[in-house]
Amino acid sequence: MELVCPAGSLPALKAAMDNGADAVYLGFKDSTNARQFAGLNFNDKRAGEGIEYAHSKGARVFCAINTYPQPDGWETWKFAVDRAAALGVDAIILADMGLLEYAANKHPQVHRHLSVQGSATSYEALRFYKDNFDIRRAVLPRVLSIDQVRGVAKHSPVELEVFAFGSLCIMAEGRCYLSSYLTDESPNTRGACSPAKAVRWQETPNGLESRLNDVLIDRYGKGESAGYPTLCKGRFEVEGSVYHAIEEPVSLNTLDLLPELKKLGVSAVKIEGRQRSPSYIADVARTWRQALDRLGSGNGDFHVDPAWNSTLAGLSEGGLTTIGAYHRKWK
Amino acid sequence: MMKLSLGPILWFWSKQSVFDFYANAAEWPVDTVYLGETVCSRRRELRLADWLEIAGVLKESGKQVVLSTQTLIESEADLRALRKICSQQDYLIEANDQSALQLATQNNLPFVTGPSMNIYNSATLKLLAKQGLKGWSLPVELGQDTLQQLIAELKAEGLDLPAEVFAWGFLPLAWSSRCFTARHYNLPKDNCEFRCLQHPDGLELRSRESQELFRLNGTSTLSGSRYDLMREMPGMERMGVATVRLSPEHEGMEEVVRRFDQVRRGEIPATDPLQLVEAPPCNGYWYGKPGMDQVSSSSL
Repeated sequence: MELVCPAGSLPALKAAMDNGADAVYLGFKDSTNARQFAGLNFNDKRAGEGIEYAHSKGARVFCAINTYPQPDGWETWKFAVDRAAALGVDAIILADMGLLEYAANKHPQVHRHLSVQGSATSYEALRFYKDNFDIRRAVLPRVLSIDQVRGVAKHSPVELEVFAFGSLCIMAEGRCYLSSYLTDESPNTRGACSPAKAVRWQETPNGLESRLNDVLIDRYGKGESAGYPTLCKGRFEVEGSVYHAIEEPVSLNTLDLLPELKKLGVSAVKIEGRQRSPSYIADVARTWRQALDRLGSGNGDFHVDPAWNSTLAGLSEGGLTTIGAYHRKWK
Repeated sequence: MMKLSLGPILWFWSKQSVFDFYANAAEWPVDTVYLGETVCSRRRELRLADWLEIAGVLKESGKQVVLSTQTLIESEADLRALRKICSQQDYLIEANDQSALQLATQNNLPFVTGPSMNIYNSATLKLLAKQGLKGWSLPVELGQDTLQQLIAELKAEGLDLPAEVFAWGFLPLAWSSRCFTARHYNLPKDNCEFRCLQHPDGLELRSRESQELFRLNGTSTLSGSRYDLMREMPGMERMGVATVRLSPEHEGMEEVVRRFDQVRRGEIPATDPLQLVEAPPCNGYWYGKPGMDQVSSSSL
């Protein structure tokens, strides 16, 4: 199984490569990718250097152009596809059907991967993307249980990549407009969820408050650790009770599932987090490399080293991890 | 004149309520009715045969009937249900995910797409038109500027693809495999006791400052404010919008439909306020603002 790591910058890309990533994914410095953060991502020159570095290590680079262009942006997004192809990336990660068609026609030699933002949760949906755009691989949304992944994998016409570690989206990706409802940006339109420009922190007599476009997302008492106000991970009131009504601030960690994912024929595990620091990427990549190497040694007695889990828990939101939707009970 | 449509019922209502609702709707001035369960596969008050029975009655009353498919397809059972819908030939299908696109095109069935289908540009529309697309809904997060450009681009291509706009109701904003209603009651999803039936217009989720943010509706999350584009009807007509979608609610729906009908006929001004249950109105998406905003200017 391939280890696919995020690269939000050239140092992060090198950290991933130096710690055992088989591939990295990156995006350009604009809203053509789903991690549009100030100070993050690549211009052509840095991308070229990164690709050269990765290729010198025998690793691959995927370029994410996985937001949805509207008429105003169409030329920019098309140009992003052309730039990625010219730079010599090993695959382009796409979500928009129009753009997939453009890439397939214009640059047929560059592999196309379906982004998680393409919302394909069944093998019939994968067939649609395969038949129409000849995608090579698809990244599955983080909403399927392991049994459901098994069902998809059994009939999938393409390679599958699944999320292994990092922030947990609990809505079907590509069809979540919660962020643009509270702010004016969503993953689909601007590559941003709960955008930093809309975040405000405020010390009040009631505690530390986090707000998104003035909407109170959470309020922390003394001694509570505060997290980024991703809107689905706040505490809200429903019928008089205040709780994490949508999801707790936890991270996905599927180390325990690795043998099962391997058995299902999953081709790659993906680490979330292009917004993370190079040292974070190094720690996560190293840990997952060790796990995959042990898995690959093939004597069938894979067990998770407690040290791996404690490293990963230390890097997680709220210090907590979950296997999320892979476990039916999570739902 | 623009058409009026009734979107699929996004909530979970009892079988009798659904039958009663559509018995009444048969008499309302709507042109198109979308039928079927689009949210949760556990909602089985009505079987496909029941939906087809309702479809027959509506068709008799002169309505165009469209069968809507589930938005998040997760299991083989979901695919089986979808195949049944895609193997009938009597009604048009509203494809709400790519699984439905695949099955419809494979069976050479004409289809339309619902607001959850990611259509953000005319390249996507052209591609789907080749596959049998007969009409499409604007994703709820897009506004009038984008729609205007899309309609102009289609026209320039000589493509006749009628556009539909979700114009009234709580906006469907997200779908998950997790059930937020079951979570609220500390029940596992697989044994949810069908609590959604107790909340025919969802569970209100508020901020800790009592701001209405969302409505939890099983595995889906809707807006806390009610989207209302009634005032935009004249502008939509000028722009060339074909159909205006009204999303069913279990109370007061007839009044909503009749009001939109009077506005499209020019019998009453579009600015007449329509107050139903206490939910704040919003129209931000239409103006390219946060969806929850209420913009006070008018296209009149």
